[in-house]
Amino acid sequence: MEETIAQFGTQWFGAAWPSLWLVIWTLVKIVAIVAPLLLAVAYLTYFERKVIGFMQVRMGPNRVGPLGLLQPIADGLKLLFKEIIFPSWADKKVFVIAPMLAFAPALAVWAVVPFNDALVLANIDASLLYILAISSMSVYGVVLAGWSSNSKYAFLGAMRAAAQIVSYEIAMGFALIVVLMISGSLNLTDIVHAQQKGWFADRGLAFLSWNWLPLLPLFVVYFVSGVAETNRAPFDVAEGESEIVAGFHVDYSGMAFAVFFLAEYTEMILVAVLTSLLFLGGWSAPFGGLPDSAWWLVGKTCFMLFFFLWFRATFPRYRYDHIMRLGWKVFIPLTVVWIFVVGIWMLSPWNIWK
Amino acid sequence: MDFEAFIFFFLATILVVASLRVITARNPVHAVLYLILAFFTAAGVWLLLEAEFLALVLVMVYIGAVMVLFLFVVMMLDLDLDQVRQGFWRYMPLGALIGFIIVLEMGAIFTHRIFQESAVVPMPGESNTRMLGAILSTDFAYPFELAAVLLLVAIVAAVALTYRGGRTHSGSRAINPAEQVRVQAADRLRIVKMPVTREESEGVEGEEAGTEGEQTGETKAC
Repeated sequence: MEETIAQFGTQWFGAAWPSLWLVIWTLVKIVAIVAPLLLAVAYLTYFERKVIGFMQVRMGPNRVGPLGLLQPIADGLKLLFKEIIFPSWADKKVFVIAPMLAFAPALAVWAVVPFNDALVLANIDASLLYILAISSMSVYGVVLAGWSSNSKYAFLGAMRAAAQIVSYEIAMGFALIVVLMISGSLNLTDIVHAQQKGWFADRGLAFLSWNWLPLLPLFVVYFVSGVAETNRAPFDVAEGESEIVAGFHVDYSGMAFAVFFLAEYTEMILVAVLTSLLFLGGWSAPFGGLPDSAWWLVGKTCFMLFFFLWFRATFPRYRYDHIMRLGWKVFIPLTVVWIFVVGIWMLSPWNIWK
Repeated sequence: MDFEAFIFFFLATILVVASLRVITARNPVHAVLYLILAFFTAAGVWLLLEAEFLALVLVMVYIGAVMVLFLFVVMMLDLDLDQVRQGFWRYMPLGALIGFIIVLEMGAIFTHRIFQESAVVPMPGESNTRMLGAILSTDFAYPFELAAVLLLVAIVAAVALTYRGGRTHSGSRAINPAEQVRVQAADRLRIVKMPVTREESEGVEGEEAGTEGEQTGETKAC
């Protein structure tokens, strides 16, 4: 099969074929990651409405299709056919670019996310650094949307989002530093491999060897920072309906709004996947004897996603100064102290990560 | 032209155009956006040189943090563009002179033999992130820590400039969330016990209702 394609390509495109083939093959892989991802986003919205519905003793969506399963499709179609309205005196170019700037980094990060030992688009050495770098760009979508809408509410939302995302990124980065300290690598595949060995793993209780147990406080800090980074409840002051209508996307309609929505949910899935990879052993099985598989990763991701929805249904929205206090005065000192604690632990004779 | 050269020229074109737009864009926010684009493509060029650590740190530090704050400030400015442009031709000769000197200096450096000899040599084996880390924490540990202290001084300076006495200074609206959480009903609500009084005189009923209303009002307000 491959030889036939290679022969055919060289015939038509000559020497340029290998690089051309590289581009085509990479594009095919990208589609193979993005298509299921978008489907997962669509059904995450359904899952969210159902879960919150059951938590509030309601049924959730149940009209479109059996059990309401076609609801996300219907929502998507509705948004697709709606008109995009430009506010007067809006900066049109930036207004259009902003949703793309929110969505593009959320997708680009998936290039380095490994699904099992071999299944990864780009197995680069510094994949954790790449994730930090690209996901730090997602703030621009929100900020520019708020500025270009020419609306006070949107602008306030953008300001809040910018300050919040920049603050929580620091705590998140510190938590990741500890993970890479004990794994000795910036590569996500190596980080998962580092979690597969240990005292408990040798005795068949692999799930106790994963990073979540020795790094429990950082696991919590990382995940809560992830919730804050994605502007999800209870940290969703950027869109706080009770104060600033809908925050940064108040003037967006139709597909432009839908793209923000997609970006938010893609980032949620990303944070859940990263938490599973960094702290919950990725694709490794929880007990000895069970086969490692990408399905474990999917299961752990769904488990972490459920927390997002659970938080949203349970906690009231934080006040803005409380968010800042939690980020700067609780999480950052806590993570800095833990860097020292783990550093000393690693130098001591009780080091468990050799 | 091979694939790598194609990517290089693609990125280089964007980089040059974006840099030009930074200084020609009329709207300052657009200028900042072009600057971000320029940083991003520069990171791409560094990736082509196999300096992945520098490229990613450029994106993380400059695009992810510095430019966000930059944009933050520029967005809140109420700029009068005509005022900014005033005196453009008066300052032009001086600006052109400085620009010319910079071009001369850069030309002198780039034609120097150091730049002629150093073709990019791919690093053998190890990833350069790991190698940089090793060098920074062994050979260059002191300069590295000095740089860190310098940044700390900058942080302290920024705090010192904006510090106005913290929670204790007059007019501070700082609140203590811990106190708010610990608050008890007794701190907010005072229940006043008052003997029932009834005016003996031929009081109007309206007045009586009025005093009663005041009493309940007081208990609620406290």
